[in-house]
Amino acid sequence: MSRPAPVLILFLRAGGSYVLLLLRVIATLGRSRGQFTALLAQLHRIGARSLPVIAVAGVFTGMVIAVQFFDTLVRFGSRGLLGTAVGLSLIRELGPVLTALITIGRAGSASCAEMAIMRTDQQIDAIECMAIDPYAYLLAPRLLAFLIALPLLTAIFEVFGVCGGLAVAVASFGESPTLTLANMADGVLTRDLLMSLFKSGVFGLLIGWLCLGKGYFSAGQSGAEGVSRTTTDAVVVASLAVLFTDYVLTALLR
Amino acid sequence: MQRPQTELSVGAFVALGIACLAYLALQLGDFRFSSNDQVAFTARFTSVSGLREGATVEVGGVRSGLVTRITLDPSTYAAVVEMRLDPKVHIQIDTIASIRTAGLIGDKFIKLAPGGADELIAAGGEILETEPSISLEELISKYIFEGQAQEAKP
Repeated sequence: MSRPAPVLILFLRAGGSYVLLLLRVIATLGRSRGQFTALLAQLHRIGARSLPVIAVAGVFTGMVIAVQFFDTLVRFGSRGLLGTAVGLSLIRELGPVLTALITIGRAGSASCAEMAIMRTDQQIDAIECMAIDPYAYLLAPRLLAFLIALPLLTAIFEVFGVCGGLAVAVASFGESPTLTLANMADGVLTRDLLMSLFKSGVFGLLIGWLCLGKGYFSAGQSGAEGVSRTTTDAVVVASLAVLFTDYVLTALLR
Repeated sequence: MQRPQTELSVGAFVALGIACLAYLALQLGDFRFSSNDQVAFTARFTSVSGLREGATVEVGGVRSGLVTRITLDPSTYAAVVEMRLDPKVHIQIDTIASIRTAGLIGDKFIKLAPGGADELIAAGGEILETEPSISLEELISKYIFEGQAQEAKP
């Protein structure tokens, strides 16, 4: 029995445990009645506390892409397209992806570390001993909070980004605010907004699933070093998963 | 006990998020053109080069509709453009639809020049008189090569 399992078996086992975790959490959603307070607390941690960083990041992202696009568009004599270019790139790509990456750094890492420490301190075992389902009690409110918070944070990021881009276009390049905004409205279709919303929902689920799962399954790695390694892994895996999924979704939903 | 604080900040966060979503949908989305109360028309062009779905339809320079679909008629090789117009805009049977460019290299749009006939095109009908999109390259080459031909004559 001590023979080490082949890599493929280990990989399949890890993948299977993550899928089972997700399925168990979904299964608890229907019957977790008293979890509303926990969901509220998690929304506070993941969503409301992320507002300042998301707003500032949004404003600066909008400002920098306005400057970049202006320099490019001026070369082709089509500075009139500035609004469309800023709006489309913010809403289709930068909004969902940057919000997801910031949320991984701010909230995903914290949730993963929390789970890992609870696992290391055997708090999760204690919860199980008290016949409380850790999937319903710990994981479900957190995962749901990620799923709800990310689309909202993305929308906030995009609105702040549009404001930042508009401010640069008006203040630095002397564009007309109404024309730039109308130009943006012409270029951005409802389809683009729905795509942004869908992407951010998928990212929210992905971040919650991977970060929480990484922390929840961190049994073998105990101590401060183990928790730090687990959190680093979670951030890396979740970031790569977001970027990969973004490519797949963009290519499929074009 | 900091629960009221938590509830307040979560409430503010969710309200701000939903407000931002609504702003994006109303300000930037194209919800203003609700498609059900608009009137559909078609037009056939020999070339719609550069025209895209979603392009605007202008009557007298005023944005009055959208291009909804561009297809190719395989038997005649004509481009069939389906568009939706504001129901308040009535178009006559001798209306001319032409594809124009905003500026020299801007977006293509359809310009409808109203006719003088009393008879109107019914909803879903076809605009018969059309002008294809003007290709700048063809115009320039025509100008250059006709100039050369004239110089060579005498």
